[in-house]
Amino acid sequence: MSADLSPEEVLKVAHLARLELSQDEVTKFTEQLQSMLGHAGDIAALDIHDLAPTAHPFGLINVLRSDEVRPSVDRDEVLSQAPKAVDGRFGVPRIMGEAP
Amino acid sequence: MSVTDLAAKIRAGETTAVAALEHSLSVIAERDGELHAFVEVQTERARERARTIDAAVADGKNPGRLGGVPVALKDNLCQRGTVTSCSSKILEGWIPPYDATVVTRLMEAGAVIVGKTNMFDFAMGASTENSASGPTRNPRDPSRVPGGSSGGSAAAVAAEMVPLALGSDTGGSIRQPASLCGVVGVKPTYGLVSRYGLVAFASSLDQIGPFASTVADAAELLEVLAGHDPMDSTSLTSPVPEISAHLSDGVQGKRIGLCTDLVEGSDPEVVAAVRRAAEVLAAAGAEVVELSIPELRYGLSAYYLIAPAEASSNLARYDGVRFGNRVDGVDVTAMNTATRTAGFGDEVKRRIMLGTYALSAGYYDAYYAQAQRVRTLIIDAFAKAYENVDLLLGATSPTTAFEIGSKVDDPMSMYLSDVCTIPTNLAGHPALSVPFATGSDGLPIGVQLLGPGLSEEWLFAAAAVLEGGAA
Repeated sequence: MSADLSPEEVLKVAHLARLELSQDEVTKFTEQLQSMLGHAGDIAALDIHDLAPTAHPFGLINVLRSDEVRPSVDRDEVLSQAPKAVDGRFGVPRIMGEAP
Repeated sequence: MSVTDLAAKIRAGETTAVAALEHSLSVIAERDGELHAFVEVQTERARERARTIDAAVADGKNPGRLGGVPVALKDNLCQRGTVTSCSSKILEGWIPPYDATVVTRLMEAGAVIVGKTNMFDFAMGASTENSASGPTRNPRDPSRVPGGSSGGSAAAVAAEMVPLALGSDTGGSIRQPASLCGVVGVKPTYGLVSRYGLVAFASSLDQIGPFASTVADAAELLEVLAGHDPMDSTSLTSPVPEISAHLSDGVQGKRIGLCTDLVEGSDPEVVAAVRRAAEVLAAAGAEVVELSIPELRYGLSAYYLIAPAEASSNLARYDGVRFGNRVDGVDVTAMNTATRTAGFGDEVKRRIMLGTYALSAGYYDAYYAQAQRVRTLIIDAFAKAYENVDLLLGATSPTTAFEIGSKVDDPMSMYLSDVCTIPTNLAGHPALSVPFATGSDGLPIGVQLLGPGLSEEWLFAAAAVLEGGAA
């Protein structure tokens, strides 16, 4: 594992995370992310492959509830806080292209 | 006056909820122009609420355990009808359609919510400088940071604007600002307090907890907040510790480990404070031993992979569709990208990118999975230590409050501020910071007590001993 993260990799990660970076930001974040990953070098060197990974401190498993009808949040109240609402739904720009 | 006394006087009609609130509002009016602990003060809503409490008392009803007590909420806790922005740009102006469970519990206990406190953008920093509405200043020295990310809540209690406030702690965001502002701050056992209605940062680490001026007041608030909630699947079903009932138990016969790994590297005055805290505990009858848990040194690295990984997933929801701000684009992807690019601050972007990278194909095992294995290593190491001692003692923050602006462009140096608090979050354990000394710079120094899961009764009893011996 190395910390030599390239500017191209930073751009790729930014794209995956839906973030746009200026050229200056690519330079700045590449340097900062390299430093952060470099710090993680100490744990990369640990030989602990026999340990099970912990995702939750107390090892909880799925929690189920009974299937009962109960009040939900108010639709109009939720939509009043959306950037755009159309006919009782969230409004978004076109997702698919025009039909051929 | 303690919170218990204040609530008792209001209950007895010796003072009123309105008077308590007006006192809070007058201190806020006097000091918050300079300190900026609050992002929103809900004056009229709080006045109406206080009048309701006083009317209940006049009717001979019990208004509740915190009846009439003013409380502040960190700006990442949902309160129906009030803006909850996480002090971020992307959630600017968002009004949640429901109350967080902690808000419901405060209301059931009769508390009067005064307002929302400032925080580091999305709770991702140890200073409360990066906030959409500007930095919070430390009431003990306004040229310094209050710590963070719950800096507004810590400052509000330290400046006596409110007797109680709520914060959240993912890697130290309650304990570190408590230490830097000279108040009590508690990170409870993971799952003891419901997170329903807390804006998620790193879900396997986040926990809500209290700020107060005294250990007893913090206990009072935590007991109101704690307990199972079916709306949070990580909420514990075990009985809530009876903290107040055991507050005067002392530390006689307890074994307490001074954990050298949580002290070394701190400023000499911080080290001296922890050593003197050990003496106070020993004088009160505890058997204090010095021990090392070398695995804790890997906590910071593991945390700065796990927390960003979880954040990158949790913050995927800010896509400009359902809540918060939107920046238009020609299609959905362009809209998502423009919205997130304009709405997230640099620190949030850094962590999202680091987390996305740590979770991406080819790097997952080397970074994220390895960090999760380190988490196991740390949990096992704590468990071994707790076979020999009941509680651990260490520093909360390696330094006193630093100057505003001194670390904001140096992420790694900011991260080191949480080096002593992070291991507790990885293990899901409780820990608290209690003000104990004052540095030569005149700034407060807190010391940290740590315990195994659900050891709050012991922790608070030991903290009460330290409080009694503080300089």
